[in-house]
Amino acid sequence: MANSEQEHAHIGYGGYTLIWLGLLALTALTVTAAGVNLGNVAVAVTILIATVKSYLVATIFMHLKIESRLFRVVVYAAIFFIVVSIILLFSDYTFLRE
Amino acid sequence: MATENAIAHHDEHRDDEGSRIGMWLFLVTELLLFGGMFFVFAVYKYVHYDAFHLASKELSALVGTINTIVLLTSSLTIALSIKAMEDGRKTLSLVLQSTTLVFALVFLVNKYFEWSAKISHGTYPGSEEMMSRPNGEILFFGLYYVMTGLHALHVIVGLIIIAVMILFTVRGSIDRDRHVHLVNAGLYWHLVDVIWIFLFPLFYLIA
Amino acid sequence: MDATTHTNGSYLSKTGGKGGIRSWIFSTDHKRIGLLYFASLAVFFSVGVVFGLLMRLELIAPGPTITDAQTYNSFFTVHGVIMIFLFVVPGLPAIFGNFFLPLMIGAKDVAFPRLNLLSWWLYLAGGLIALASVVMPGGAADTGWTFYIPYSVRSNTNVIPALIAAFILGFSSILTGVNFITTVHRMRAPGQTFFKMPLFVWALYSTGWIQLLATPIIGITLVMVGVERLLSVGIFDPSLGGDPVLYQHLFWIYSHPAVYIMILPAMGVISEVIPVFARRTIFGYNFIAYSSLAIAIFGSLVWAHHMFTAGMSGVAAIAFSAFTFLVAIPSAVKVFNWVATLYKGSITLEPPMLFALGFIFHFLIGGFTGLVQGALSVNLHIHDTYFIVGHFHYVMFGGMGFGFLAATHFWFPKMFGKMYNHKRAAVGFWTLVVGFNTLYFPMFVMGWLGMPRRYYDYLPEFHTYHFISTVGSWIVALALLIILVNLILGLAKGERVREKNPWGGETLEWRADTPPIHENWEEIPVVTGGPYDYKRNDENESTT
Repeated sequence: MANSEQEHAHIGYGGYTLIWLGLLALTALTVTAAGVNLGNVAVAVTILIATVKSYLVATIFMHLKIESRLFRVVVYAAIFFIVVSIILLFSDYTFLRE
Repeated sequence: MATENAIAHHDEHRDDEGSRIGMWLFLVTELLLFGGMFFVFAVYKYVHYDAFHLASKELSALVGTINTIVLLTSSLTIALSIKAMEDGRKTLSLVLQSTTLVFALVFLVNKYFEWSAKISHGTYPGSEEMMSRPNGEILFFGLYYVMTGLHALHVIVGLIIIAVMILFTVRGSIDRDRHVHLVNAGLYWHLVDVIWIFLFPLFYLIA
Repeated sequence: MDATTHTNGSYLSKTGGKGGIRSWIFSTDHKRIGLLYFASLAVFFSVGVVFGLLMRLELIAPGPTITDAQTYNSFFTVHGVIMIFLFVVPGLPAIFGNFFLPLMIGAKDVAFPRLNLLSWWLYLAGGLIALASVVMPGGAADTGWTFYIPYSVRSNTNVIPALIAAFILGFSSILTGVNFITTVHRMRAPGQTFFKMPLFVWALYSTGWIQLLATPIIGITLVMVGVERLLSVGIFDPSLGGDPVLYQHLFWIYSHPAVYIMILPAMGVISEVIPVFARRTIFGYNFIAYSSLAIAIFGSLVWAHHMFTAGMSGVAAIAFSAFTFLVAIPSAVKVFNWVATLYKGSITLEPPMLFALGFIFHFLIGGFTGLVQGALSVNLHIHDTYFIVGHFHYVMFGGMGFGFLAATHFWFPKMFGKMYNHKRAAVGFWTLVVGFNTLYFPMFVMGWLGMPRRYYDYLPEFHTYHFISTVGSWIVALALLIILVNLILGLAKGERVREKNPWGGETLEWRADTPPIHENWEEIPVVTGGPYDYKRNDENESTT
C-alpha cells in the first residue's frame, strides 16, 4: 500500500499527458527519419527511437521508476537474456558458414 | 488511506506488490515470446536485406502510423484511468477505461482492413502470387502475418481483460483501495503497446 | 485458538466436511497440488517407461524384431516427448517444489495458489493431448522430441497435437516459475534472508528464472513450426527461403537451458540430503547458492553445442564450445562441496542418502562425458551416436532420476506420515544401480564405435552391446517396480510417523507437523540461524 501512495505522489494527469506528447513526437521523428536516406544506420536509428519510446512507457506509464528495485531487476534480466542470445545467434550468421 | 485500508480490508493474504511482481514476471515471458520472433526477423532481415527493403514498401506507412498513434493514446487513457481510480474518481476512471476499449477496437478494425486489402491482392502465405516472389519477400510477408497476427491476438486478449475490468469497476469489486487488478490489466495493455512500438518501424518503416 | 487447531488438521484430512475427488482436483493447497502432480507424473512416467522398454526390445537383435521402422520412430519420439516434457522438466519443481517450497520458507502457501492449480490443469491437459496424439488416427509423431525442420513440416503423423501438447506444458511450466519466484521474494518467514534459505529453495529459484526466460522461446518456436505446417509461411522451410539451422538455434535456446531446469532442482535435493545424513553443516553454502545462479546464467550461453555438425560458422562453434567448458565449473563446485561435506561426517546410509550418493556417482559420469562432447573435434566424431544417448541418460536418469528418488525417500514420511521399508528400498536402489549401468554404459562404447542414435536397424558388430543394454532395461524396470511397490506398501501399511523430524534435518519443513496441517503452521516460524546448523559435529571437526 505504501507503493500506491508513492504512485500518487509521483505523477499527475499532466505528467502522463506530457509523456504521451513525447511519444507522439518520437513517432513523428521515426516516420520522418524513415523518409531520409540514412543508409546502413537507418535500422539502428529506428531501433534506438523505439527503445527510447519503450523506456518512456515502461518507466512512466508502467511505473517502473517508482516500483522497488526488484521490478527493474526482472526487466534487466530479460533484456540481458535477449541481448546475449542475439549476439550469440549472430556469431553464427555474421561469420562464414562451413 | 493506509489506516482506512487496514480497517476496511483486513486480509493478511493480500499482497499488491507481490501481485504486480507476478504480473511483471509474466510480462517478461510475453516479451521473450515476441523476442523469439524478433530473433527470426533479425536473422532474415540480415540475410535477405534487399528483399525485406522492397517488400516493406508495400505496407502502408500511413496505416501503421495511425495504428501507432491509436495504441499510444490508448496507453495514455489506461494509465490515466488507474490514476483516476487512485484519486477515487470512479466515473472518470470508467470513462477512460471505456475509451481504451474503443481505441483497441479501432486498432483491430484498422488491422482488419489492412489485412483484407493485402489478401484481396493475393498477398498472403501460400498464395500463387506469393509463391512467385523471391524467397526474401515470402519470408517478409510470412513474418508480417505471423507477428502482427500474434500481436493482434494480444490486442484481443487485452480488449477482453479491459472489458472485464470495466465490469469489475461497475460492480464495485475494483475501487479506490483495491485496484491491483486494474493496475495489472494496465501493465498488460502497455506491454501490447511496447511490442507494437517495435513491430511498427521494423515492418512499415525500413523501406 | 482452539477452533483453529480443530479445523487445521492434517492436509490429508477433510476440510469443513468436504471430501472426495473434488476436494483434491480443485484444491488450491500447495501440498495437495503437489500430490496431484505426483499422481499424474507417475502415470505419465510409467507410459514413458513402457515406450522405452518397447524401444529397447526392438533393438535386442538386428533387423525387425517386434515392430516396423515407422512405429519404432514413434516409440522414440513419444518416449522422448513424455519423459522430457511430462516428467523430467516438471518433476521436481512441480511435486517437491510445490509441496516443500512454502514449508521451507515458512509460508502458508505459494504466492498465487489459484494460478498454481491452473498450472496443474494445464499440465494435465498437455499430458492428455500428448497421449491422445499417440492413439489418434494419423499415427504418433515420428520426428524425435526435437521436432527438427524440415522433417517436422513434411511428416504426415500427428505432429500438430504433439506441438500443442508441448506448448501447453511450457505454459504450465512458466506459471510454476512465476509463482515460485514471487513466493521466494514475498513470502519468506521473518528472519529468513536469502542466504538463510535452504539450498533446494535456491535451486528452485534459479530454475524459476530459466523457466521464465527460456520457455517462451520454445513456445513461439513450436507455434512457428505449426504455422509453417498449416500455412507454408516459409519461416523455416528451406524451399521457401527459411533456414532450418535457425530452427535448431531457437529450439536449443530453450532446450539447452531446459537441461538445467531438469538438473538444478535435483542438485538442490542432494544439497538437502547430504548434510542431514552426514550430520554436518553443508560445506560452502554461499558457493552452492551462487553456483545455482551461475549455472542458470552460463547455461543460457551454450545452446549451439548441440549443433556443431549443423553447418554453423566456425567462430560460433568455437565460442559455444568455450562456454560449454565454462558451465562445467559451477557444476563441479557443487560436487566438490558435497564431497567436502561428507568428509569427516557421521554418515548413515539411509535410503535417501543412497540415492543421493547414486546421483553424485552417475552425475559425474554424465558430466564428464558431457565435456568430452563439448570439445569440437571429438564432437564431430560422436555427434548423433549412442555416446550422446548414454551421456544424457546418465545426466537425466542418473542425475534427475536418482535425485527424484532421493527426494521421494527423503520427504516421504513428512508428506504422508508413514515410513517405507528401508531394507527393501536399499534392495531397490542397488538393483537400479546395476540395471542402470547395464542399460546405459554399453551405449558409450557402441557410440564411440560409431553406432548412430535413433536407427531402427544396426550392423551385427553392435549386437552384443544392444543385447546387454536391453537386458539392462529389464533390470531397471524390475528395480523401479521394487521401489514403487515398497512405497505403496509403506503408504498402505507402513509404520506411522508422528514425530516432526524423523531424519534429524535442520531446515524449516522439519519443524512443521507430520503430515503438515492445512495452512502449514499454527504460528509462522521465525528463522534465526542458517539452514544447516549441525554445530556439535562441526565442533568435533575443529578439535581434530
